[in-house]
Amino acid sequence: MYDGWKIILGLVVFVIIVTLPFTMSIGRDYVKPQPSIDTPEIQKMEKKQCIESKQYMRETHIKLLYSWKDYASREGKRVYIASDGKEYTISLQNTCMKCHSNKEKFCDECHNYVSVKPYCWDCHIEPKVGGLK
Amino acid sequence: MITRRDFLKISAFASLIGLGGSLSIEALEKKQGPQVLKDLKALKGKRWAMAIDTRKFKTQEDFDKVIKACHKAHNVPEIINPLHEVKWIWTEDYEHSFPGTAEHYISKEVKERKFLLLCNHCDNAPCTRVCPVKATFKREDGITMQDMHRCIGCKFCMAGCPYGARNYNFLPPRDYIKELNPEYPTRMLGVVEKCTFCNERIDRGLLPYCVEASEGKIIFGDLYDPNSEIRKVLAENIIIRRKVELGTQPMVFYII
Repeated sequence: MYDGWKIILGLVVFVIIVTLPFTMSIGRDYVKPQPSIDTPEIQKMEKKQCIESKQYMRETHIKLLYSWKDYASREGKRVYIASDGKEYTISLQNTCMKCHSNKEKFCDECHNYVSVKPYCWDCHIEPKVGGLK
Repeated sequence: MITRRDFLKISAFASLIGLGGSLSIEALEKKQGPQVLKDLKALKGKRWAMAIDTRKFKTQEDFDKVIKACHKAHNVPEIINPLHEVKWIWTEDYEHSFPGTAEHYISKEVKERKFLLLCNHCDNAPCTRVCPVKATFKREDGITMQDMHRCIGCKFCMAGCPYGARNYNFLPPRDYIKELNPEYPTRMLGVVEKCTFCNERIDRGLLPYCVEASEGKIIFGDLYDPNSEIRKVLAENIIIRRKVELGTQPMVFYII
Protein backbone atom coordinates (compact mmCIF):
# COMPACT_ATOMS: atom_id res chain seq x y z
CA MET A 1 0.00 0.00 0.00
CA TYR A 2 1.52 3.30 -1.07
CA ASP A 3 1.26 6.10 1.47
CA GLY A 4 -0.58 3.78 3.83
CA TRP A 5 -0.12 5.94 6.89
CA LYS A 6 -1.80 8.88 5.14
CA ILE A 7 -4.83 6.79 4.33
CA ILE A 8 -5.07 5.40 7.85
CA LEU A 9 -4.62 8.86 9.39
CA GLY A 10 -7.34 10.16 7.11
CA LEU A 11 -9.67 7.34 8.10
CA VAL A 12 -9.03 7.93 11.80
CA VAL A 13 -9.79 11.65 11.43
CA PHE A 14 -12.95 10.80 9.46
CA VAL A 15 -14.18 8.37 12.12
CA ILE A 16 -13.50 10.90 14.90
CA ILE A 17 -15.45 13.64 13.08
CA VAL A 18 -18.37 11.34 12.25
CA THR A 19 -18.71 10.08 15.81
CA LEU A 20 -18.31 13.56 17.32
CA PRO A 21 -22.04 14.04 18.02
CA PHE A 22 -22.02 10.84 20.06
CA THR A 23 -18.69 11.26 21.81
CA MET A 24 -19.42 14.86 22.73
CA SER A 25 -22.61 13.93 24.57
CA ILE A 26 -20.88 11.39 26.78
CA GLY A 27 -21.19 12.41 30.38
CA ARG A 28 -23.88 14.97 29.70
CA ASP A 29 -27.32 14.69 31.32
CA TYR A 30 -30.19 13.96 29.01
CA VAL A 31 -32.94 16.44 29.82
CA LYS A 32 -36.26 15.21 28.58
CA PRO A 33 -38.58 18.08 27.66
CA GLN A 34 -41.53 18.19 30.05
CA PRO A 35 -44.24 20.46 28.69
CA SER A 36 -46.30 21.60 31.63
CA ILE A 37 -50.09 21.70 31.59
CA ASP A 38 -50.24 23.25 35.02
CA THR A 39 -52.33 26.35 34.33
CA PRO A 40 -55.37 27.62 36.25
CA GLU A 41 -57.71 26.90 33.33
CA ILE A 42 -56.54 23.32 32.88
CA GLN A 43 -56.63 22.67 36.64
CA LYS A 44 -60.29 23.68 36.61
CA MET A 45 -61.14 21.00 34.04
CA GLU A 46 -62.54 17.74 35.31
CA LYS A 47 -61.11 15.69 32.49
CA LYS A 48 -57.82 17.14 31.33
CA GLN A 49 -58.35 16.70 27.62
CA CYS A 50 -57.25 18.92 24.76
CA ILE A 51 -59.55 19.34 21.75
CA GLU A 52 -58.28 16.04 20.32
CA SER A 53 -56.37 13.13 21.84
CA LYS A 54 -52.96 13.73 23.36
CA GLN A 55 -51.20 11.62 20.76
CA TYR A 56 -52.94 13.42 17.88
CA MET A 57 -52.13 16.83 19.28
CA ARG A 58 -48.54 15.84 19.90
CA GLU A 59 -48.03 14.67 16.34
CA THR A 60 -50.11 17.04 14.27
CA HIS A 61 -50.76 20.26 16.20
CA ILE A 62 -48.88 22.31 13.61
CA LYS A 63 -50.92 20.82 10.76
CA LEU A 64 -54.09 21.52 12.70
CA LEU A 65 -53.03 25.12 13.31
CA TYR A 66 -52.11 25.54 9.66
CA SER A 67 -55.53 24.30 8.56
CA TRP A 68 -57.19 26.55 11.16
CA LYS A 69 -55.34 29.54 9.74
CA ASP A 70 -56.70 28.85 6.26
CA TYR A 71 -60.23 28.02 7.38
CA ALA A 72 -60.54 31.18 9.47
CA SER A 73 -58.82 33.75 7.31
CA ARG A 74 -59.70 32.39 3.86
CA GLU A 75 -63.08 30.68 4.19
CA GLY A 76 -64.51 32.47 7.22
CA LYS A 77 -65.12 29.13 8.93
CA ARG A 78 -64.47 29.68 12.58
CA VAL A 79 -66.12 26.72 14.33
CA TYR A 80 -64.19 23.49 14.85
CA ILE A 81 -66.16 20.38 15.75
CA ALA A 82 -63.77 17.91 17.34
CA SER A 83 -63.92 14.13 16.92
CA ASP A 84 -65.91 13.86 20.14
CA GLY A 85 -68.49 16.38 18.87
CA LYS A 86 -67.46 19.31 21.06
CA GLU A 87 -67.40 22.78 19.48
CA TYR A 88 -64.44 25.13 19.63
CA THR A 89 -63.77 28.58 18.21
CA ILE A 90 -60.94 28.53 15.70
CA SER A 91 -58.42 30.91 17.25
CA LEU A 92 -54.88 30.50 18.49
CA GLN A 93 -55.03 33.44 20.86
CA ASN A 94 -58.56 32.99 22.11
CA THR A 95 -58.87 29.20 22.24
CA CYS A 96 -55.48 27.45 22.49
CA MET A 97 -53.73 30.03 24.62
CA LYS A 98 -56.68 30.53 26.97
CA CYS A 99 -55.94 27.07 28.41
CA HIS A 100 -52.24 26.87 27.62
CA SER A 101 -51.47 30.23 29.18
CA ASN A 102 -47.94 29.11 30.04
CA LYS A 103 -46.23 29.50 26.67
CA GLU A 104 -42.70 29.35 28.09
CA LYS A 105 -43.32 26.08 29.87
CA PHE A 106 -45.58 24.51 27.27
CA CYS A 107 -44.76 25.57 23.70
CA ASP A 108 -41.15 26.59 24.20
CA GLU A 109 -40.27 23.50 26.24
CA CYS A 110 -40.28 21.17 23.22
CA HIS A 111 -39.63 23.77 20.53
CA ASN A 112 -36.37 24.79 22.19
CA TYR A 113 -35.40 21.15 22.69
CA VAL A 114 -35.75 20.30 19.01
CA SER A 115 -34.58 23.76 17.97
CA VAL A 116 -37.60 24.81 15.93
CA LYS A 117 -38.62 28.44 15.88
CA PRO A 118 -42.26 28.86 14.90
CA TYR A 119 -43.04 32.45 13.94
CA CYS A 120 -46.52 32.49 15.46
CA TRP A 121 -45.53 35.05 18.08
CA ASP A 122 -44.27 37.64 15.61
CA CYS A 123 -47.92 38.63 15.31
CA HIS A 124 -50.03 36.61 17.73
CA ILE A 125 -49.91 37.91 21.26
CA GLU A 126 -48.75 35.43 23.83
CA PRO A 127 -50.63 35.38 27.14
CA LYS A 128 -49.80 37.81 29.93
CA VAL A 129 -46.15 37.15 30.91
CA GLY A 130 -43.93 38.66 28.25
CA GLY A 131 -46.94 39.61 26.14
CA LEU A 132 -45.32 42.94 25.38
CA LYS A 133 -42.17 42.90 23.39
CA MET B 1 -66.76 -17.94 -28.36
CA ILE B 2 -67.66 -14.35 -27.37
CA THR B 3 -68.06 -11.84 -30.17
CA ARG B 4 -66.30 -8.54 -30.20
CA ARG B 5 -69.68 -6.77 -30.00
CA ASP B 6 -70.78 -8.75 -26.93
CA PHE B 7 -67.47 -8.17 -25.22
CA LEU B 8 -67.79 -4.39 -25.61
CA LYS B 9 -71.38 -4.49 -24.33
CA ILE B 10 -70.43 -6.51 -21.27
CA SER B 11 -67.46 -4.33 -20.43
CA ALA B 12 -69.53 -1.13 -20.83
CA PHE B 13 -72.20 -2.38 -18.43
CA ALA B 14 -69.62 -3.67 -16.01
CA SER B 15 -67.93 -0.27 -15.88
CA LEU B 16 -71.33 1.41 -15.30
CA ILE B 17 -72.01 -0.85 -12.33
CA GLY B 18 -68.55 -0.09 -11.05
CA LEU B 19 -69.15 3.67 -11.20
CA GLY B 20 -72.54 3.39 -9.52
CA GLY B 21 -71.06 1.19 -6.87
CA SER B 22 -68.43 3.70 -5.84
CA LEU B 23 -71.03 6.46 -5.68
CA SER B 24 -73.36 4.46 -3.47
CA ILE B 25 -70.56 3.48 -1.15
CA GLU B 26 -69.57 7.13 -0.77
CA ALA B 27 -73.15 8.13 -0.01
CA LEU B 28 -73.58 5.42 2.61
CA GLU B 29 -70.29 6.15 4.30
CA LYS B 30 -70.78 8.32 7.35
CA LYS B 31 -68.66 11.39 7.79
CA GLN B 32 -66.26 10.82 10.62
CA GLY B 33 -63.63 12.82 12.38
CA PRO B 34 -63.42 16.53 13.01
CA GLN B 35 -65.39 19.05 10.97
CA VAL B 36 -65.00 22.75 10.33
CA LEU B 37 -68.09 24.89 9.90
CA LYS B 38 -69.25 28.47 9.71
CA ASP B 39 -70.71 29.99 12.84
CA LEU B 40 -74.52 29.79 12.80
CA LYS B 41 -74.67 33.34 14.17
CA ALA B 42 -72.55 34.72 11.31
CA LEU B 43 -74.09 37.58 9.34
CA LYS B 44 -75.13 36.43 5.90
CA GLY B 45 -74.55 38.66 2.91
CA LYS B 46 -73.53 38.38 -0.71
CA ARG B 47 -71.80 41.74 -1.01
CA TRP B 48 -71.06 43.76 2.11
CA ALA B 49 -71.14 47.51 1.65
CA MET B 50 -71.01 50.60 3.80
CA ALA B 51 -72.75 53.98 3.61
CA ILE B 52 -71.19 56.84 5.56
CA ASP B 53 -73.56 59.68 6.34
CA THR B 54 -71.16 62.61 6.10
CA ARG B 55 -73.89 65.04 7.21
CA LYS B 56 -73.94 63.51 10.66
CA PHE B 57 -70.20 63.71 11.30
CA LYS B 58 -69.87 67.21 12.73
CA THR B 59 -67.08 67.44 15.27
CA GLN B 60 -63.59 65.99 15.40
CA GLU B 61 -64.82 63.93 18.34
CA ASP B 62 -67.27 62.07 16.09
CA PHE B 63 -64.40 60.95 13.88
CA ASP B 64 -62.00 60.20 16.72
CA LYS B 65 -64.49 57.90 18.41
CA VAL B 66 -64.84 55.76 15.29
CA ILE B 67 -61.13 55.74 14.44
CA LYS B 68 -60.07 54.91 17.98
CA ALA B 69 -62.58 52.06 18.27
CA CYS B 70 -61.11 50.44 15.16
CA HIS B 71 -57.44 51.11 15.80
CA LYS B 72 -57.55 50.05 19.43
CA ALA B 73 -59.33 46.77 18.74
CA HIS B 74 -57.09 45.83 15.83
CA ASN B 75 -53.78 46.78 17.47
CA VAL B 76 -52.97 49.38 14.82
CA PRO B 77 -49.68 51.13 15.67
CA GLU B 78 -49.70 54.90 16.22
CA ILE B 79 -46.84 56.32 14.24
CA ILE B 80 -46.67 60.11 13.88
CA ASN B 81 -44.23 60.25 10.93
CA PRO B 82 -46.46 60.25 7.81
CA LEU B 83 -43.84 58.27 5.88
CA HIS B 84 -44.22 55.30 8.21
CA GLU B 85 -47.76 55.73 9.52
CA VAL B 86 -50.22 52.84 9.55
CA LYS B 87 -53.95 53.49 9.38
CA TRP B 88 -57.07 51.46 8.77
CA ILE B 89 -59.55 54.33 8.88
CA TRP B 90 -58.73 58.03 8.69
CA THR B 91 -60.05 61.43 7.60
CA GLU B 92 -59.40 63.61 4.59
CA ASP B 93 -60.84 66.81 3.13
CA TYR B 94 -63.30 67.03 0.24
CA GLU B 95 -60.84 67.85 -2.56
CA HIS B 96 -58.48 65.03 -1.67
CA SER B 97 -61.19 62.47 -0.98
CA PHE B 98 -62.84 62.90 -4.37
CA PRO B 99 -60.17 64.12 -6.78
CA GLY B 100 -61.45 64.47 -10.33
CA THR B 101 -65.08 64.30 -9.32
CA ALA B 102 -65.01 66.98 -6.62
CA GLU B 103 -67.43 69.69 -7.75
CA HIS B 104 -65.77 73.07 -7.43
CA TYR B 105 -69.01 75.04 -7.06
CA ILE B 106 -70.66 72.77 -4.53
CA SER B 107 -71.86 74.41 -1.30
CA LYS B 108 -69.18 75.75 0.99
CA GLU B 109 -70.47 73.59 3.81
CA VAL B 110 -69.83 70.35 1.88
CA LYS B 111 -66.44 71.61 0.73
CA GLU B 112 -65.39 72.15 4.31
CA ARG B 113 -66.58 68.76 5.52
CA LYS B 114 -64.17 66.02 6.47
CA PHE B 115 -64.64 62.52 5.11
CA LEU B 116 -63.99 59.20 6.77
CA LEU B 117 -61.82 57.05 4.49
CA LEU B 118 -61.07 53.35 4.68
CA CYS B 119 -60.51 50.39 2.37
CA ASN B 120 -63.32 50.44 -0.20
CA HIS B 121 -63.50 46.65 -0.53
CA CYS B 122 -63.82 47.16 -4.28
CA ASP B 123 -65.85 44.65 -6.22
CA ASN B 124 -63.10 44.72 -8.85
CA ALA B 125 -60.18 45.13 -6.48
CA PRO B 126 -56.87 45.93 -8.20
CA CYS B 127 -54.85 44.95 -5.11
CA THR B 128 -55.98 41.33 -5.32
CA ARG B 129 -55.02 41.16 -8.97
CA VAL B 130 -51.46 42.33 -8.45
CA CYS B 131 -50.66 40.30 -5.33
CA PRO B 132 -48.11 37.70 -6.47
CA VAL B 133 -48.75 35.30 -3.57
CA LYS B 134 -52.54 35.63 -3.23
CA ALA B 135 -52.12 37.01 0.25
CA THR B 136 -54.90 39.47 -0.54
CA PHE B 137 -58.04 38.05 -2.09
CA LYS B 138 -61.81 38.52 -2.34
CA ARG B 139 -63.95 36.56 0.08
CA GLU B 140 -67.23 35.21 -1.21
CA ASP B 141 -69.12 37.95 0.62
CA GLY B 142 -67.11 40.66 -1.15
CA ILE B 143 -64.65 41.49 1.59
CA THR B 144 -61.13 42.20 0.35
CA MET B 145 -59.25 40.12 2.86
CA GLN B 146 -55.58 40.09 3.67
CA ASP B 147 -53.85 36.92 4.89
CA MET B 148 -51.04 38.26 7.05
CA HIS B 149 -49.45 34.82 7.22
CA ARG B 150 -48.78 34.85 3.53
CA CYS B 151 -47.86 38.50 2.83
CA ILE B 152 -44.28 38.85 1.68
CA GLY B 153 -44.27 42.65 1.87
CA CYS B 154 -43.65 43.30 -1.84
CA LYS B 155 -45.92 46.42 -1.74
CA PHE B 156 -47.46 45.69 -5.18
CA CYS B 157 -50.91 46.06 -3.62
CA MET B 158 -49.98 49.49 -2.30
CA ALA B 159 -49.11 50.55 -5.83
CA GLY B 160 -52.31 48.93 -7.12
CA CYS B 161 -54.67 50.54 -4.63
CA PRO B 162 -55.89 53.93 -5.92
CA TYR B 163 -57.26 54.90 -2.50
CA GLY B 164 -54.13 54.75 -0.35
CA ALA B 165 -55.85 52.27 1.92
CA ARG B 166 -52.80 50.09 2.39
CA ASN B 167 -49.82 50.73 4.64
CA TYR B 168 -46.52 48.98 4.96
CA ASN B 169 -44.99 48.23 8.35
CA PHE B 170 -41.68 50.02 7.99
CA LEU B 171 -41.20 49.97 11.76
CA PRO B 172 -41.78 47.12 14.24
CA PRO B 173 -45.48 47.72 14.97
CA ARG B 174 -45.49 46.45 18.56
CA ASP B 175 -43.22 49.28 19.64
CA TYR B 176 -45.93 51.77 18.68
CA ILE B 177 -49.00 50.19 20.24
CA LYS B 178 -49.82 51.74 23.58
CA GLU B 179 -52.25 49.14 24.80
CA LEU B 180 -52.40 45.68 23.23
CA ASN B 181 -55.76 44.04 22.67
CA PRO B 182 -55.04 40.43 23.64
CA GLU B 183 -57.98 39.14 21.59
CA TYR B 184 -56.52 40.20 18.23
CA PRO B 185 -53.04 39.69 16.74
CA THR B 186 -50.67 42.48 15.81
CA ARG B 187 -48.71 42.54 12.56
CA MET B 188 -45.01 42.03 12.09
CA LEU B 189 -42.33 44.17 10.52
CA GLY B 190 -42.48 44.08 6.72
CA VAL B 191 -46.09 43.24 5.91
CA VAL B 192 -48.85 45.36 4.40
CA GLU B 193 -52.05 45.87 6.35
CA LYS B 194 -55.45 47.50 5.91
CA CYS B 195 -59.07 47.47 7.02
CA THR B 196 -60.64 44.01 6.82
CA PHE B 197 -64.30 45.12 7.21
CA CYS B 198 -64.09 43.36 10.59
CA ASN B 199 -64.66 39.99 8.94
CA GLU B 200 -63.81 38.31 12.24
CA ARG B 201 -66.82 40.08 13.76
CA ILE B 202 -69.12 39.44 10.82
CA ASP B 203 -68.29 35.74 11.12
CA ARG B 204 -69.50 35.90 14.70
CA GLY B 205 -72.66 37.84 13.92
CA LEU B 206 -71.45 41.29 14.97
CA LEU B 207 -71.24 44.56 13.04
CA PRO B 208 -67.86 46.20 12.33
CA TYR B 209 -66.35 48.28 15.14
CA CYS B 210 -66.66 51.56 13.21
CA VAL B 211 -70.36 50.97 12.54
CA GLU B 212 -70.95 50.21 16.20
CA ALA B 213 -68.96 53.21 17.43
CA SER B 214 -70.58 55.63 14.95
CA GLU B 215 -74.03 55.19 16.58
CA GLY B 216 -76.02 55.23 13.36
CA LYS B 217 -73.80 57.51 11.29
CA ILE B 218 -72.48 54.54 9.30
CA ILE B 219 -74.83 52.00 7.75
CA PHE B 220 -73.57 48.52 6.93
CA GLY B 221 -75.38 45.83 4.99
CA ASP B 222 -75.77 43.53 2.03
CA LEU B 223 -75.79 45.48 -1.23
CA TYR B 224 -77.29 42.58 -3.17
CA ASP B 225 -80.29 42.31 -0.87
CA PRO B 226 -82.93 44.75 -2.27
CA ASN B 227 -84.71 44.91 1.10
CA SER B 228 -81.64 45.72 3.17
CA GLU B 229 -81.31 48.96 5.11
CA ILE B 230 -78.29 50.03 3.13
CA ARG B 231 -80.18 49.77 -0.17
CA LYS B 232 -82.95 51.91 1.31
CA VAL B 233 -80.48 54.53 2.49
CA LEU B 234 -78.68 54.58 -0.87
CA ALA B 235 -81.95 54.97 -2.75
CA GLU B 236 -83.20 57.84 -0.60
CA ASN B 237 -80.09 60.02 -0.48
CA ILE B 238 -77.55 61.64 -2.76
CA ILE B 239 -74.49 59.44 -2.75
CA ILE B 240 -70.99 59.67 -4.16
CA ARG B 241 -68.13 57.21 -4.24
CA ARG B 242 -64.38 57.72 -4.49
CA LYS B 243 -62.76 57.53 -7.95
CA VAL B 244 -65.56 55.59 -9.66
CA GLU B 245 -64.00 56.48 -13.01
CA LEU B 246 -61.31 53.87 -12.38
CA GLY B 247 -63.85 51.05 -12.54
CA THR B 248 -62.87 49.43 -9.27
CA GLN B 249 -66.49 49.48 -8.02
CA PRO B 250 -65.85 50.72 -4.47
CA MET B 251 -68.26 49.38 -1.85
CA VAL B 252 -68.08 52.41 0.44
CA PHE B 253 -70.69 55.07 -0.31
CA TYR B 254 -70.76 58.66 0.96
CA ILE B 255 -74.08 60.36 1.63
CA ILE B 256 -73.76 64.07 0.84
